[in-house]
Amino acid sequence: MSAPVITAIGLGKHYRLDRRGSRLRFDTLASSLNGWVKRLASGQASELDTLWALRDVGFEIAAGEVVGMIGHNGAGKSTLLKILSRITAPSEGLAEIEGTVGSLLEVGTGFHPELTGRENIFLNGAILGMKRADIAARFDEIVAFAETEAFLETPLKKYSSGMYLRLAFAVAAHLQPDILIVDEVLAVGDAAFQRKCLGKMGDVAKQGRTVMFVSHNMGAVRSLCRRGLVFNGGRLEFDGRTDEAISYYLTKTAARAGDDDGLIVFDESERDPAAELSLRAIRLTDSVGQVRGFFDAGEPVRVEIDYEVHARVRGVRAMLQVTTQEGEQAFVSTDHAMREPEQPPGRYRTTCVVPGGLLNRRLYLIAVGFEIPRMRVLVPRREHLTCVISGGGNQGSTYPEDWPGVVCPTLAWKTDPLPTD
Amino acid sequence: MTRRLVLRPRTGWQPLELREIWNYRDLFWMFATRDIKVRYRQTVLGIAWAVIQPLATMVIFTIIGRFGKIPTDGAPAPIFYYVGMLPWFLFANSLTAAGNSPLASQHLIGKVYFPRLVVPIAAVVTSLLDFLIGFVLLLVMMPWFGVHPGLQILALPLAVGLAFLAALAFGFWLSALNAQYRDVRHAMPFAIQFWLFCTPVLYPSSVVHTPWKRMLLSINPMSGIVDAVRWCVLGGPAPGPGLLVSTGVIAVTLVGSLFYFRRVEKTLVDRL
Repeated sequence: MSAPVITAIGLGKHYRLDRRGSRLRFDTLASSLNGWVKRLASGQASELDTLWALRDVGFEIAAGEVVGMIGHNGAGKSTLLKILSRITAPSEGLAEIEGTVGSLLEVGTGFHPELTGRENIFLNGAILGMKRADIAARFDEIVAFAETEAFLETPLKKYSSGMYLRLAFAVAAHLQPDILIVDEVLAVGDAAFQRKCLGKMGDVAKQGRTVMFVSHNMGAVRSLCRRGLVFNGGRLEFDGRTDEAISYYLTKTAARAGDDDGLIVFDESERDPAAELSLRAIRLTDSVGQVRGFFDAGEPVRVEIDYEVHARVRGVRAMLQVTTQEGEQAFVSTDHAMREPEQPPGRYRTTCVVPGGLLNRRLYLIAVGFEIPRMRVLVPRREHLTCVISGGGNQGSTYPEDWPGVVCPTLAWKTDPLPTD
Repeated sequence: MTRRLVLRPRTGWQPLELREIWNYRDLFWMFATRDIKVRYRQTVLGIAWAVIQPLATMVIFTIIGRFGKIPTDGAPAPIFYYVGMLPWFLFANSLTAAGNSPLASQHLIGKVYFPRLVVPIAAVVTSLLDFLIGFVLLLVMMPWFGVHPGLQILALPLAVGLAFLAALAFGFWLSALNAQYRDVRHAMPFAIQFWLFCTPVLYPSSVVHTPWKRMLLSINPMSGIVDAVRWCVLGGPAPGPGLLVSTGVIAVTLVGSLFYFRRVEKTLVDRL
């Protein structure tokens, strides 16, 4: 193993909370001075609650490793990335980094709608840390990668969202740092874009650069990373091979309160105010309507997706993607054909039934997304729920054999004796 | 040779690391030119604003001055006010821009690393451009009013540079405070307005008769600067020790605010 390029020892980050539990204490100058005077007078520091976003995190990453970082929202992954990107300082501990760091915490950082494509390339490149001369040298490559030659002198506000993303990623893709830190940038964009991103990141890894990759997309993590770090509640709970890390994440880490077997409810307050459509809940139920996460191989699984439309949309389809834990796609299904093309604002529920006797005994990851095909993604497809199919093998065998294949359909077999001559 | 970075908890006073800002000069330039381009592309008024602000204020002050019989040290009233207002607006607009800059860029600050000092400095550049445009207009107006500058006008860049430094000195401090505390941004416009009245823009500093009161006035660094700019353009008595006091105040504030900014820099992202 080559020398470590990133060493973290006991890294921690905390935020002070005021009595109401909100993050900013003393957020007015008046109260801050007030608090200072009180402290002087009473001679003791005020008591405050502390929220530890990250605690006692240590690891070593060698040059050329591609490491995936997974964990539920709020587990500390993004905080760690911010510390390693020097955006915020740790509260305790130490990190040592050898080499240049390029951070992609979002795509198109700093893009300004009034500036042209060309101007934005230089601006974004400078923001990401490239020198003007470097950007000029790689300009043609960037434009070619983004496929936006014709729109270089057009203001960015005229770009379609697809072009915007391609341009943003093209600049980022030509960063060439020693260490690349990527935070879920793949969550935006359609399948073609995500494939391109994954491809480029794979190239970066093959060039021998070190990559730290945070994602909720287990498929992407699996295909890119050899090593996985699992975060839970601010602590690093697992550090090892990717498939074992994913297993650990799915089975051992608890999701936010409110997530139960077969049910996930989305917090109203956390939704993006600009979104045209937002998920409200996803439910897996059996034939009597009971919400469950474990199903027998023979029984049908009903998937209910509750969502809310905020702005009238046209041509949106819900996508249900079922993948095995190992990353094999079982199927993707959509409600496209069965829907009204236009939907006014309001709350909706779209339901489908996965027939019993189809899927094999496995742990499946259920991902849901909403998109307008070939135009834009309204809700990025993310794995939100797990579903376990178990019980009697539907091939009639009484032995608990491991049956291969993702689908395990019950087919009608008929045996007839053949006449002898 | 690879760079080695050590990331540690940052508390207390930090080294200024001005050299890092030099390394990021490309980015600084990008921010500055972006702000200017965006401003002038968005509205027709963008270019005109640089001229409307001092002109309109000049007209108002001329009317007030005539009404209140405020002396103008012998110079034609409109020119007197205009010359005083140019450096004032440079200072006030720069201060406002610097103060608001962390909030304006909070999205960027949360996503990318760069030395945060770049943000207020870049925000100030637009005001500098406005000043230059306003100054060109002054050159056009002066022959109209029969005012011809003497050799002192060559010292003008020094005085303007001092105004710029004053804006930065207080701007760093203000931007650090504004990023941390919600109430600062509401107090800002009032504070700047009050500051205007403490500066000899609407009146000449010769109105203040006693020397020790003069000294008090010059603790406001903008007094010395406005006087100096008036001297460069209009002539009259050369600026006295008041200017030295002003320069001293600016220097101390600049160093102090740089250290303060660096001290709270890393917590900015947590507080914004």
